[in-house]
Amino acid sequence: MKKTLVEATINGETVEFLCEPRQSLLETLRDVLELTGSKEGCLTGDCGACTVLVDGRSVCSCLMLGVEAQGKNIATVEGLATQGVLSVLQNKFLENASLQCGICTPGFLISATSLLDRNPNPSEAEVRYALAGNLCRCTGYDKIVKAVLDAAADIRSQGDRTAAAR
Amino acid sequence: MHAINYEAPTTLDQAIDILKTHGENARPFCGGTDILIQLRAGVRRTGHLVDIKKIKELHALSFDAKKGLRLGAAVPCIEIHESDVMRRHYPGLTEAAHLIGSLQIQNRASVGGNLCNGSPAADTTPALIAVGARARIVGPTGEREVPVESFVVSPGRTVLRPGELLVELLIPAPAPHTSDAYLRFIPRNEMDIAVVGVGASVTLDGDKVKAARIGLGAVAPTPLLESKAAAGLVGKKLDDAALEAAGLAVSEICKPIDDMRGTIDFRVHIAAVLTRRVLTIAAERAKKA
Repeated sequence: MKKTLVEATINGETVEFLCEPRQSLLETLRDVLELTGSKEGCLTGDCGACTVLVDGRSVCSCLMLGVEAQGKNIATVEGLATQGVLSVLQNKFLENASLQCGICTPGFLISATSLLDRNPNPSEAEVRYALAGNLCRCTGYDKIVKAVLDAAADIRSQGDRTAAAR
Repeated sequence: MHAINYEAPTTLDQAIDILKTHGENARPFCGGTDILIQLRAGVRRTGHLVDIKKIKELHALSFDAKKGLRLGAAVPCIEIHESDVMRRHYPGLTEAAHLIGSLQIQNRASVGGNLCNGSPAADTTPALIAVGARARIVGPTGEREVPVESFVVSPGRTVLRPGELLVELLIPAPAPHTSDAYLRFIPRNEMDIAVVGVGASVTLDGDKVKAARIGLGAVAPTPLLESKAAAGLVGKKLDDAALEAAGLAVSEICKPIDDMRGTIDFRVHIAAVLTRRVLTIAAERAKKA
């Protein structure tokens, strides 16, 4: 099958890549661009392990085609840290032991980043709603929710409302 | 997934041309949240995905007090929820769009795609039926309008012929003291497929019902417009007796399947319960509308 040339912005950098139309964005991120942070869980949009931001909106990258990335701005978990310094949210995940096997973590980080960018003062219910599309089979969610609420409090006290967390 | 071609036309004419050229071997592609899963599972096959998201006309979301609402087929569910116009004039349709899957799904999936997927359990279809939506379809030989209750012909199949595209949903402006509501039953809080879904629109004249429409999901091979219960409410107060009668009339037309998500008896019972509740919510909203 003929490949298509796609140009997109990924984690702030302009990137060109070749992909087959049948390949998902997740496949192209992992297998073509070697950005393996986004994980493959269910391939049906249920688990959220492959969540990335496309033009600021969270999407399951397994349910989007790589060719659709043309001209889009894509953010993956690899872009959350700044020059090796973890974001506030990432640090809160570590402090709260919000991860065990880690497969779901990149998706949770992206969904929570998207929430905090829009709502820097979410209630626990709002956090749980925003994370309903991300499944974790290890932690039981409480530690993840706590990390997001802690990060929100920190970001608010720092007066940094935009970076979910840098 | 098998090999496919991908095209992303920027005009409606181009899209129709491509769809016409490939006929049954092409499918319109929007949010991808159903079709990509179906292609991977081998439930559907297609040689050409025609991405309709770059066509401006399919992103319309405009309300006119006389002409009503134009909702482009490619508008993602999240934009409906974020729209003040939608929340004010069509709260039931808005809540149906906000119930579909996760935020990740709502950021991609469209109401038009939900309809074209043809599921009997689609959340937004009963809500569209309740508000009297018509589907504007454009094809190689011209255009036509189909009431949403006639759009799905069997599970997964619609009235769309090869070459045709759903362009937009046209919804009348609500009459004074009219509002709508949608409820579904699922055993979880979020992220599930409706065991039963009921949408209703109610117009009040003082404390009496002037008009009502009820849309039903997951109780028959296709989403249904219920007319007997709705007609029975006209001229009556929405009291317990009227709600009981409406629920009973709804349960009489339900022909659901038995599956792991619900038995026939359970679904019929729940359809009546949700009908009473959804009519009550719609009427409460209509008082303030």
